[in-house]
Amino acid sequence: MILQAEGVRQFYGNFCALDGVSLGIETGEFVSIIGPNGAGKSTLINVLTGSLHPSAGTVRFKERDIRGIGPVRLARLGLARSFQLVQIFPDLTVIETLQAAVVSRVGRGTRLFASLARDRQVRDDALEVAELFGLADKRHTVAKHLPQGDKKLLDVASAFALRPEVILLDEPTSGVSTRDKAAIMEMLVAASKGIGIRAIILVEHDMDIVFGYSDRIVALHQGRVLADALPAAIRADEAVVAAVIGRPPAERAARGRGLPGTPP
Amino acid sequence: MTRTGAAVLAAMTAGLLILPLVAPTYHLTLMLPFMAYAVILLGLNLLFGYTGLVSFGHALFIGIGAYAGAFLTTHTSVRSLEIMLVVAALVAAVVAAPVGALCVRYVKIYFGMLTLAFGMVFYTFLLKFYRLTGGDEGMRVLRPFLFGQDLGEMSKTAYLVGPYYYYSAGVLALATFCMWRIVQSPFGLCLRTIRDNPAKAESLGISVTRYRWYAFTISAVYAAVGGALLGPPTGNVDPTLAYWTHSGNIVFMTLLGGFSSFFGPILGAFVFIYLQDTVMSVVPYWRLIFGGILAVIVILAPGGLMGLFVRARPLPAVDPSRA
Repeated sequence: MILQAEGVRQFYGNFCALDGVSLGIETGEFVSIIGPNGAGKSTLINVLTGSLHPSAGTVRFKERDIRGIGPVRLARLGLARSFQLVQIFPDLTVIETLQAAVVSRVGRGTRLFASLARDRQVRDDALEVAELFGLADKRHTVAKHLPQGDKKLLDVASAFALRPEVILLDEPTSGVSTRDKAAIMEMLVAASKGIGIRAIILVEHDMDIVFGYSDRIVALHQGRVLADALPAAIRADEAVVAAVIGRPPAERAARGRGLPGTPP
Repeated sequence: MTRTGAAVLAAMTAGLLILPLVAPTYHLTLMLPFMAYAVILLGLNLLFGYTGLVSFGHALFIGIGAYAGAFLTTHTSVRSLEIMLVVAALVAAVVAAPVGALCVRYVKIYFGMLTLAFGMVFYTFLLKFYRLTGGDEGMRVLRPFLFGQDLGEMSKTAYLVGPYYYYSAGVLALATFCMWRIVQSPFGLCLRTIRDNPAKAESLGISVTRYRWYAFTISAVYAAVGGALLGPPTGNVDPTLAYWTHSGNIVFMTLLGGFSSFFGPILGAFVFIYLQDTVMSVVPYWRLIFGGILAVIVILAPGGLMGLFVRARPLPAVDPSRA
């Protein structure tokens, strides 16, 4: 178990956002977390990424307590994340963004007088990630001038450039056209193989993607784990279908894929 | 980009070296504060342009540098400018470390106000601790030795436009070179990520407060070195060096030249010094004129003078199928 949460509770005043959530991620797994709006997904992400110290329960990453340790230390430990709302450095180029991640990973950020341009290891490493995400041709483009889909890719790519052991992807395909979603997911899966990421946690509303890629699915509802099972079992679970998924994915596909990213 | 920078640096140094051969003495005496301010602004812009923090209390460190140098010449037997500069830098670093550790926990206006507050505290200290600081009269700066050379035989003007001028040019060239390396380094890149998006920088494992603190301390050291260079030409330091309007002036210089360019602030210092000198000789209310200029710059040319020369990077062609 590389990442494990047990009995996590989180109160906001009297409101209980997470009510005893337990889940574990094994090495080699692709696990999706699903749930309707308000199910506690965002709170769970904040707990799993060390941003929030839960009111009760334990969160361990590689046997270490990561409750509330904050993003900087978590990234160093080997758990990276991307954001639902795209986060980029507007005035940095694509390659600079990736170089920053590499610099951080190899611990060269305090090299005051070293030349970044002459650091071949950092440059080659950044370029390799750019190529994995199809951003190599745009490496000298300033991030704010990228099209929306590429901004999203850059956000994810910079997290990958940390070469984390586990990555948490918070709706990596939100705000992207349905046609591009599959392409992005293929790229993500290929890139994680290329980089050697050991486990992926995906938080996603799009059920086609969730069922298309997950080894296991955790369904959240009203702050509790409603189901934690293989995709086939989730699909057959009437409680989950009613509370989280809505129509079965096959039916959705038949109806022309509905509105992508819209919570059921 | 790097090649252009090296060319500008070489041209600037060559220009400073040639100037004494062609320019009248009066202009050379104006170059002395320019060079001191150029050093100060290089540091300020590491904080402002590269890290995204606007300090309104940087005169605190100018004052520390100027007073550290003055104190050495008047209260100790030290007269060496090298030692004065090193002591100024060390004292600034020692003060900046705790002050910065507090200030960098805040951003935007709160950071600005906190730095302003520390500046006011130091200004009042200089004003009220008369016995140590000389109060509002300040402190004398005896003519420093340069590289161990006692140049007391020279006339004051000959000393200033001769050896002292070249010494200042050397300090500026060295300070520029070091800052150029800093902004091109992995460290400089980390600062720019923090300026652009601190939350994202943290998610990449870049410790925002730690890097802001480094930048604050480095910029304080630059301010103190520049401050120590300001003393000898006038032969006196006084509390106005640490007053908040002085902090405002250097922010003005940075905006005037353009904070998004490495050399912008240096250009700003140059134009400010000459403009101030010209306007002051024509009308007594130079601040009125400068206020107007500042308003025009902020509204019409937010990139400063450098922004008028250097075109922004052209927008790449956007593929319409993805837009």
